[in-house]
Amino acid sequence: MALRRTLALVKKNMKMFTRQPAVLFLLLLFPIIVTATFGLAFGGMGQGGVTNFDIGLLNLDAVSTDPQWTNSFEGNLTELEGITVTYFDDNASGQSELLQGNMDAFIVIPEGFGDSCTSYWNSPFDGSSWINTTVELYVDSGSMIASSAIPPLIQQVVLKTMFGNDATTLDLPVDIGSPTLVEASYFTQWDFMAPGIFAFASIFMIMIVAQSLTEERDGGLLKRLGTTPLKSHEFMLSQVISYMLIAVVQVFLVFAASFLIGYRPATDAAGLGFAFAILLAFSLVNVGFGLIAATISKSAEIASGLSFIFIMPQMFFGTFMPLGGLTETISRFMPSNYVTEAITTLFLRGAPVTTLSIWSNLGIVLVSGLVLLLIGVVLFRRYSTR
Amino acid sequence: MHEEYTKSEFAAQTALTDKKNLGIIYVLCVCLSMSNTISKHAIKIENLTKRFEKVTAVDDLSLEIGWGELFGLLGPNGAGKTTVINILSTLLEPTNGVAAVADHDVVFGADEVRKIIGVCPQEPAFYQHLTGRENIELMGDLHEVPKDVLKDRVETMLKKIGLEDDADRRAGQYSGGMIRRVSTLMALISDPKVALLDEPTVAMDPVSRRAVWDFIRELKSNGKSIILTTHYMEEAEELCDRVGIIDQGKLIALGSPKELMEEHHAEDLEEVFIKLTGKKLREGF
Repeated sequence: MALRRTLALVKKNMKMFTRQPAVLFLLLLFPIIVTATFGLAFGGMGQGGVTNFDIGLLNLDAVSTDPQWTNSFEGNLTELEGITVTYFDDNASGQSELLQGNMDAFIVIPEGFGDSCTSYWNSPFDGSSWINTTVELYVDSGSMIASSAIPPLIQQVVLKTMFGNDATTLDLPVDIGSPTLVEASYFTQWDFMAPGIFAFASIFMIMIVAQSLTEERDGGLLKRLGTTPLKSHEFMLSQVISYMLIAVVQVFLVFAASFLIGYRPATDAAGLGFAFAILLAFSLVNVGFGLIAATISKSAEIASGLSFIFIMPQMFFGTFMPLGGLTETISRFMPSNYVTEAITTLFLRGAPVTTLSIWSNLGIVLVSGLVLLLIGVVLFRRYSTR
Repeated sequence: MHEEYTKSEFAAQTALTDKKNLGIIYVLCVCLSMSNTISKHAIKIENLTKRFEKVTAVDDLSLEIGWGELFGLLGPNGAGKTTVINILSTLLEPTNGVAAVADHDVVFGADEVRKIIGVCPQEPAFYQHLTGRENIELMGDLHEVPKDVLKDRVETMLKKIGLEDDADRRAGQYSGGMIRRVSTLMALISDPKVALLDEPTVAMDPVSRRAVWDFIRELKSNGKSIILTTHYMEEAEELCDRVGIIDQGKLIALGSPKELMEEHHAEDLEEVFIKLTGKKLREGF
């Protein structure tokens, strides 16, 4: 194999990439824009700071004979960091604000709330004598974070109101261990999405591979190259090297953009190195899919459209979209899902680079990449170069 | 089967005729070991047929082209000229018959053939986003022309063909004539032993065409074998040592332009073609 021929083609590819604004945009600028916009939109600012919640409060127990309980509830609620409380005089206006997305939650303290609390303390061990009431909690169903974070917070407020500051330090025979590995409750939505964005950013490489190869084929360049001493494996190697170089730059840019908007993954240099490695392996998958798309496309325009056959499933079933049920089953066949899973384990769960699961993820991505590349090369050589 | 002297045959023959001159034999053997074989013909085509489904593009064509010969392949569109070039370029495999370049079979010795040919395709294939110089250098790199040689050769060739001022512009901005000149240089930058030029001057302006003609003449004077396909009779008459006229895939006449004109009592090759086929050479386009 002549390294010079391969490197000459790599050099040629790099020049072609950098001299075409559309390609440059899709390969480099697009990942940065996606990272920056998603990061900013989903809370990347401020190094995982506390998320703010706007909560509406309606007190229907204002005429209680024992107002200390409602006062205590309100006090405990407003004490919480990142909570802004807005008071309402009636249920309808509160519900309306919630429906319009102006609030994350709406709480209704029921009439008799104070009496209910007092009844408990009068006979704490005689449930039949308690006056039962229900604090109504309405949460913005359009917000994933609000839905998951607010109910436990309100539960905490109720406990603190009933039992005071000792509520969280009561001696119990059963302890719930402090979660040291998974600290999801402190993360923003962007933290959950970021690992998927890294895989997402490089998926569009499929389109560029398919486009550039169909252009070379349709322009007679592949035929022309076929009359030189260039071997087909040298040509394919030059493609793989070129796109791996692009992948390195892409990953670096996505990391840099994430860092600039405040993203701090819970990993070290080894973890970052591993992320680079698995994304490089993922570029093999993309080149393979690109070759397959180029084979079945009759022109560069068609190649752009057909690329989405491979882009969309990988994007929706393997990057930042929530999975469950059928989609989770489908995602097992998506190489991008294993990339996202490995990066999530490193960046979000803070697992060390020695964790077995990330290496098995890398293995799956690498093997998938090599198999797809092989299929792509065979199909392309057979149906596209003659 | 092939009219060739293999290394062993040649060495044995030499040794028998001049046993005393062992030094010369040694030198010859060294030279032969470098080239492996001495082929009598630059190109040899025997009973070549190429069919595309029901269409026969080349029909039982036999042809021999010598070293240093400039051979013109003439015929109208669809006559089979480009198919012959594509087979010799190793891009197509024959349906029947054999074709060899410097005694390397185009199917079984394709890798060897590609090392010694330079191909200028009918439709110029080039990278639009590379400059003219970069396109030419790329082909030199693919042929592994030594870097320093490549640099000098590119400069020299660009000057000869009149492109030195535009060499560093992107090829996508070139005129049709400039693209064809770049395409010709891309084919010849490796200094190939055999050049296959498929209508290199079609749609070229007279100045560009003249520059390419001069270039082709110089190649020939350097001992290269050249197959040139063309529609232009004056081009064939001007440049070619011999021409082969093909129609519907069949070779219908072969000889030097002068011989063919004398044989058919014609004033030019166009007239020869009309007399042979009853139609004009450029009817097809």
